[in-house]
Amino acid sequence: MPLSASEPYDLAVIGAGSAGLAGAVAGSELGLSVALLDTSAQTGGQFYRAPAPTLGAVRPEALHHDWSAYTDLRRRLARSDVRHLPGHHVWSVTKGDEEGVGGGAGDGLWAVHAVTGADGSGERPVRVRARAVLLATGAYERQLPFPGWMLPGVVGAGGAQAMLKSGLVLPGRHVVVAGSGPLLLAVASSLAAAGARVPAVVEASGYLRYARYPRALATNPHKAAEALIHGAALLRHRVRVRVRSAVTEVHGTDRVEAVTVTRLDRDWRPVRGTGRRIACDALAVGHGLVPQIELATALGCATRPLSDGTRALALDGLQETSVRGLWAAGETGGVGGAQLARLEGELAAVTVAARVLGRPAHGGRVRELRRRRDRMRAFADAMAAVHAPGRGWPRWLTDDTDVCRCEEVTAGRIREAIEDLGARDARSVKLLTRAGMGWCQGRMCGSAVACLATRGHTAEPPAERRPFATPVPLSALAALDGPAAPLATEPGGPADEPGGRTTTASGPDASPGDG
Amino acid sequence: MLTRNSADVIVVGAGVVGAACAYYAARSGLRVAVLDRGSVAGGTTGAGEGNLLVSDKEPGPELELSKVSAELWRKLSEELPPDIEYEPKGGLVVASDEAGMAALRDFASGQRRAGVTAQEVPADRLRELEPHLAAGLAGGFHYPQDAQVMPALAAAHLLRAGGDRVRLRLGEEVTGLLTGASGEIRGVRTAVGELHAPYVVNAAGTWGGEIARLAHVALPVRPRRGFVLVTEPLPRVVRRKVYAADYVADVASGSAALQTSAVVEGTPAGPVLIGASRERVGYDRTLSPEALRRLAAQATALFPVLAGIRAMRTYIGFRPYLPDHLPAIGPDPRVPGLLHACGHEGAGIGLAPATGLAIARSLTGGEPPLDIAPFRPERFSPAA
Ligand SMILES: Cc1cc2nc3c(=O)[nH]c(=O)nc-3n(C[C@H](O)[C@H](O)[C@H](O)COP(=O)(O)OP(=O)(O)OC[C@H]3O[C@@H](n4cnc5c(N)ncnc54)[C@H](O)[C@@H]3O)c2cc1C
Ligand SMILES: Cc1cc2nc3c(=O)[nH]c(=O)nc-3n(C[C@H](O)[C@H](O)[C@H](O)COP(=O)(O)OP(=O)(O)OC[C@H]3O[C@@H](n4cnc5c(N)ncnc54)[C@H](O)[C@@H]3O)c2cc1C
Repeated sequence: MPLSASEPYDLAVIGAGSAGLAGAVAGSELGLSVALLDTSAQTGGQFYRAPAPTLGAVRPEALHHDWSAYTDLRRRLARSDVRHLPGHHVWSVTKGDEEGVGGGAGDGLWAVHAVTGADGSGERPVRVRARAVLLATGAYERQLPFPGWMLPGVVGAGGAQAMLKSGLVLPGRHVVVAGSGPLLLAVASSLAAAGARVPAVVEASGYLRYARYPRALATNPHKAAEALIHGAALLRHRVRVRVRSAVTEVHGTDRVEAVTVTRLDRDWRPVRGTGRRIACDALAVGHGLVPQIELATALGCATRPLSDGTRALALDGLQETSVRGLWAAGETGGVGGAQLARLEGELAAVTVAARVLGRPAHGGRVRELRRRRDRMRAFADAMAAVHAPGRGWPRWLTDDTDVCRCEEVTAGRIREAIEDLGARDARSVKLLTRAGMGWCQGRMCGSAVACLATRGHTAEPPAERRPFATPVPLSALAALDGPAAPLATEPGGPADEPGGRTTTASGPDASPGDG
Repeated sequence: MLTRNSADVIVVGAGVVGAACAYYAARSGLRVAVLDRGSVAGGTTGAGEGNLLVSDKEPGPELELSKVSAELWRKLSEELPPDIEYEPKGGLVVASDEAGMAALRDFASGQRRAGVTAQEVPADRLRELEPHLAAGLAGGFHYPQDAQVMPALAAAHLLRAGGDRVRLRLGEEVTGLLTGASGEIRGVRTAVGELHAPYVVNAAGTWGGEIARLAHVALPVRPRRGFVLVTEPLPRVVRRKVYAADYVADVASGSAALQTSAVVEGTPAGPVLIGASRERVGYDRTLSPEALRRLAAQATALFPVLAGIRAMRTYIGFRPYLPDHLPAIGPDPRVPGLLHACGHEGAGIGLAPATGLAIARSLTGGEPPLDIAPFRPERFSPAA
């Protein structure tokens, strides 16, 4: 494998978004050998998306409020020795113990398992070994289902924003933006700026609740400024913002033709008789972001519940997870924005360098990073509380609303599994209905199913143990290194004889009968 | 009707074994309370596959139990809704060389004497049964009695089919056993309160040893870890349960080398299941790339078309095993009123109905469906 030259690395960074990029660059500048892996062909993550070069001369900075921070990181990356591995999809991280049992690196090193070229035949397994790992895999958008949400023309709000940034495509000409969270305003103003009409922004919570967190607001003036910028842009485009309301139904036969917007009570229960139809040809909807942490939870990392019902990794003051040697930064520790992600990436790199190189970190730099991080985290946590889904939202589901779109499992079947078959949590609902077993492995319906299973009570999803962060071809799994030869990898080499290897400890009585 | 806190029998554990005990007990007219600290099928039942195999068992008590069970599963498939995904699809065991084939023949002839149907399949006819099998195999044996169910749904529907006589109490952990003056069972204590019954069935699977301990008796149930790989949904490329014969050769040679022997099977929902590995590592949930590597290598060796297919996920479970690899079934003479139905290791789905029926008969004083003496729960205590 081509990587063996500089292996093992001091630091493997997973994710080249704001957090990972900042961590990799800072780590390298401090003298660490660094590998930076990302699924995507480009750096920048969810926030910084440059249009494909073929799209010609556009100014990406027009759609980003701090593009220069990104160009700075990109420049430093180009100058550095960081081994950037784009197109590498990490599916698992394992830790080798001293003897190499368990298929890890066999020497206390981390093994990061990835597949390349995830678009079909060219897939190849890659293993990167490192002394420390920084997990910076960001977040994905939370969706709550409603009747009609599978109609063409319904898109994720964050996804619409991303499409706009990287391809400059609009999801429609009249786009209603709905759901909950600060992202909605950003999405609406980008859509409007790009020429779409936005008949309404529909926010299920109320912005007034921000007023309950005056300290967080006062100490994060740039956030207030951001909100003002978006607010001004919305005013200019005459976009109406409806708070304490939700899209409770989408109308149309082949694609979106209109939506019904209904007032909600404090618990997000639709208020009867308040439904109003709004014509549109697309709906961009999202309910905040969910930290993408399965690579860490599969290793047993501790998590912390956030007040919006999601879970983030529990980190110490210096960004280390509860598993020694595994650090995390950015949205994996709680959704807080690109600037916080950069700070955390840098802070993690500084502490990794201190650990791996065995020399103390610069105290002043660490103190300053921590101070700014703590302030921004406080704001992030306040934001999460404001946009927590109320427990009454399942009231807008009908029995035939599909909740799991991959496996086409309706709300009615989920209710039956809970009421008649003895399901009590997302896992048992999944076992009894297949909700969450499809292609997205529950990323789309997981939050909704967890809410339904706990009957609207604090829907705290369990720490997801999703052992593969991404589907892996069997040929790639079959070609994984055996512990006997940790360095030699022969992708696509011949498979062992069934039952031919002996590392796992089981007895001669083993029969294959349980499949 | 069942009163709020009494029943004729309390079943601890809502896995497939507890569900089968509840089902047959209710059928016999008993009022059953089923307690589980989690959900239905939330334990090993929700982490296993649904192979109902006779093909892998050598003549002996486990084979007898599985033959009775196979027949009961067939009857259950007519009584329970089709959702349990019962499929009498048969199994195919293949050998890669002549030595393996010879060992298979030996094994099959013993099984035939014990009443199992095993048909030899010559190499040139393997692909009539499984069109996508690898080339160059030496032959195999077809076992038409092998079948499959979806374990979680099977457990849920067994409980539901018990009707009004079965009451489910989920999310309630048993923390103690209530006993009378002479040590006889009076019920259980849970986090929520007390529940009274003259009989308690320990169907706590891998955690059965802990329930026994609450009664101050020893039952050495331990966990044995297994991984299963699940692929993306496919049209039927694998028709039966297919696995390699090498384990037979290994067992025959007395070698300790055998660890993973992948059984490859399609499911009605589309994904192919590849399982399972076996390791004794306690309750360690961390991913073992080596176990996955071997499962994938073995499956793709049998079915080369699977190489380009993606594994969507893997899951992990902890089989309940006892030192002699037989379950504990029946009354515990050390504690009047306590019965055990646990320790089925890698075959609990398959063995559940016969276990449940044996427990129900024992509760009502009926004739057991087979001799359960080999499964005596007290067989591990020094005095026994
Ligand atoms: C859909 C979406 C839209 C958003 N839009 C905005 C916006 O308009 N304005 C705003 O202020 N904030 C927005 N955010 C939030 C913003 O993206 C984050 O605050 C910021 O990007 C956080 O940086 P990060 O480094 O933590 O994560 P990200 O920028 O998300 O970076 C994570 C990186 O990890 C990679 N990755 C993930 N899993 C793997 C894996 N298994 N293997 C390899 N690589 C992996 C991803 O490809 C990605 O490049 C959006 C977030 C999302 C999810
Ligand atoms: C990877 C794998 C593959 C397998 N494949 C097959 C196969 O193909 N065919 C086959 O036949 N078998 C298979 N098995 C084995 C099979 O899954 C088990 O033998 C079977 O599920 C055991 O069922 P059970 O009801 O005894 O235990 P469980 O399903 O574990 O049920 C026990 C229940 O007891 C509950 N409990 C425990 N303690 C308490 C307490 N104190 N209070 C209240 N409740 C409690 C638990 O919550 C649990 O729900 C496989 C196992 C694994 C791990």
